[in-house]
Amino acid sequence: MRKRILILAVILIIYAIFTLGMKVGIIDDYIKLNILLILLNIILATSLNLISGITGQFSLGHAGFMAIGAYTVAVLITLPKPLPFYLSLLIGGVFAAFAGLIIGLPVLRLRGDYLAIATLGFAEIIRVVIQNIDYLGGASGISDIPQGIDWTGYYVIAILTIIILSNIINSSYGRAMVAVREDEIAAETIGINTTLFKVLAFVIGAFFAGIGGGMYAGYFGFIQPDIFNFFKSIDILVMVVLGGLGSLSGSIIAAIVLTIVSTLLQNVPAVRMVLYSIILIIIMLFRPQGLLGKREIRLSDILSFQRRGV
Amino acid sequence: MSTFVQQLINGITLGSVYALIALGYTMVYGILKFINFAHGDVFMLGAYIGFLAAVYLKLNLVGCLIAAMVFCALCGIIVEKIAYKPLRNSPKISILITAIGVSLFLENFMQLIMGADSRVFPRLIEEKNYHFLHGNIVVNNKQVYLLIITIILMIVLNYIVKNTKIGKAMRAVSQDMDAAKLMGIDIDKTISYTFAIGSSLAGAAGVLVGLYYNTINPLMGVLPGIKAFIAAVFGGIGVIPGALLGGFSLGIIETFVSGYGSSMYKDAVAFAILVLILLFKPAGLLGKSLKEKV
Repeated sequence: MRKRILILAVILIIYAIFTLGMKVGIIDDYIKLNILLILLNIILATSLNLISGITGQFSLGHAGFMAIGAYTVAVLITLPKPLPFYLSLLIGGVFAAFAGLIIGLPVLRLRGDYLAIATLGFAEIIRVVIQNIDYLGGASGISDIPQGIDWTGYYVIAILTIIILSNIINSSYGRAMVAVREDEIAAETIGINTTLFKVLAFVIGAFFAGIGGGMYAGYFGFIQPDIFNFFKSIDILVMVVLGGLGSLSGSIIAAIVLTIVSTLLQNVPAVRMVLYSIILIIIMLFRPQGLLGKREIRLSDILSFQRRGV
Repeated sequence: MSTFVQQLINGITLGSVYALIALGYTMVYGILKFINFAHGDVFMLGAYIGFLAAVYLKLNLVGCLIAAMVFCALCGIIVEKIAYKPLRNSPKISILITAIGVSLFLENFMQLIMGADSRVFPRLIEEKNYHFLHGNIVVNNKQVYLLIITIILMIVLNYIVKNTKIGKAMRAVSQDMDAAKLMGIDIDKTISYTFAIGSSLAGAAGVLVGLYYNTINPLMGVLPGIKAFIAAVFGGIGVIPGALLGGFSLGIIETFVSGYGSSMYKDAVAFAILVLILLFKPAGLLGKSLKEKV
């Protein structure tokens, strides 16, 4: 109980510091933008980690689910009678989850490379279809989406995502998912419904990707199909792999580090991607398990460690 | 009717490119059982080498082809030695991610040194149009070249795989790597040859595409790479005739979709084919049992 109160306190203190910084002006709009991007990437990376890291299903289609969420939100809040932003966001997430279900049921019969290619294929189909619907603005996308979310919304949703995902991972469901990752046949023989857990992970991951896409639309006010292309999926994948497949805290750290790195290299996009790819290859060659592997750094551990230290 | 035949001819042209790239995927998959994601970018590399050879060395078409094939073969061997060989016993997911890394590296390194813009591929042959059926069907001599060169390369490949010692070794390794090792086959050497042959075919395809479409750019390998993979899976990955069948079928289907439907949907159709074939006939059209490969 004390631990939980402490964690809550830390979350609130971080929030207070950043909010104060923004009010006072220490954190200017540019830094704020990057903080929001970090929070967005945390949501995307941790949710992909549930699919790829925890359950071991290699998905290259995260950007496709983002697209569904983003476009749903963009349409719903620009209707003649617009829906409230957060309701639209939820609907966007549900739509993405539904897409995850439809795609997941047949596709999860495939394994490894084939699954990666099939999810990549589906994400591309989603993008091409959106691109061909005139109502959704075609290739030029939708602009002038009213802003429905700010720093507070981003922060709260990111924290909620982390809490929900870590609760899932630490529940019996999460352990079943890990069992599926470790050895599917063995998991099946001890009575785990492997299909159920694979689809479940896929649907939950898709839901949060949809939420992430919706948040993007709701803050940046402009979306187009090309934002959600294959390279976006790779971007998210790199975060998950760098942090460690199977480590939520790893994904969070990697999302923070990589977002900062890519912001610093923004003016030289080609160099940024060359570095990205070299990082990816080197990690795979020398530390295939990522920075943290499957270990977690818990806020409660840090806190209790400090108390012991004092 | 004439539109149909015209579409068919265009489809076969496109299909021969897919088939050439698909062969590389299929050969590597047959032996190492993994998708070489970087293969499409080797194809791009081939186009650039052809471009450089034509512009700076003033080579003719055959010279450019040979330059691209040799360079891409070396490149394939180097990539395999640096990125894939250390991971030969690692989980598939690590190898796949490494392959994606190599692919991104090749694309972006090329953007860095050659610029992101498209370049005009030099005209290596004089263009001619042949008209048939009162001018209703037009065949470009570039299409003829493309098809003839593809066929020649395939005959050579067939000879290598069927009649040479290294081809025999490749077939043995693809059947059973451990047993092949016990029989005294040098696995590493065989894998290097496989990468070299597959990459050189992709390099040749790169030059031919540059010749046919006149423009090249650093990201030109992404989509054809994925399409060729789809073609390989369609025909039965690991089966060489399957790559040909898949390549030509996909090229023809795509041309018909853009000819009679919307060209915007041709990519979606290719992916739909992939998903359907994976779901209903995962071994592909010509893939019979898992043991018969290459």
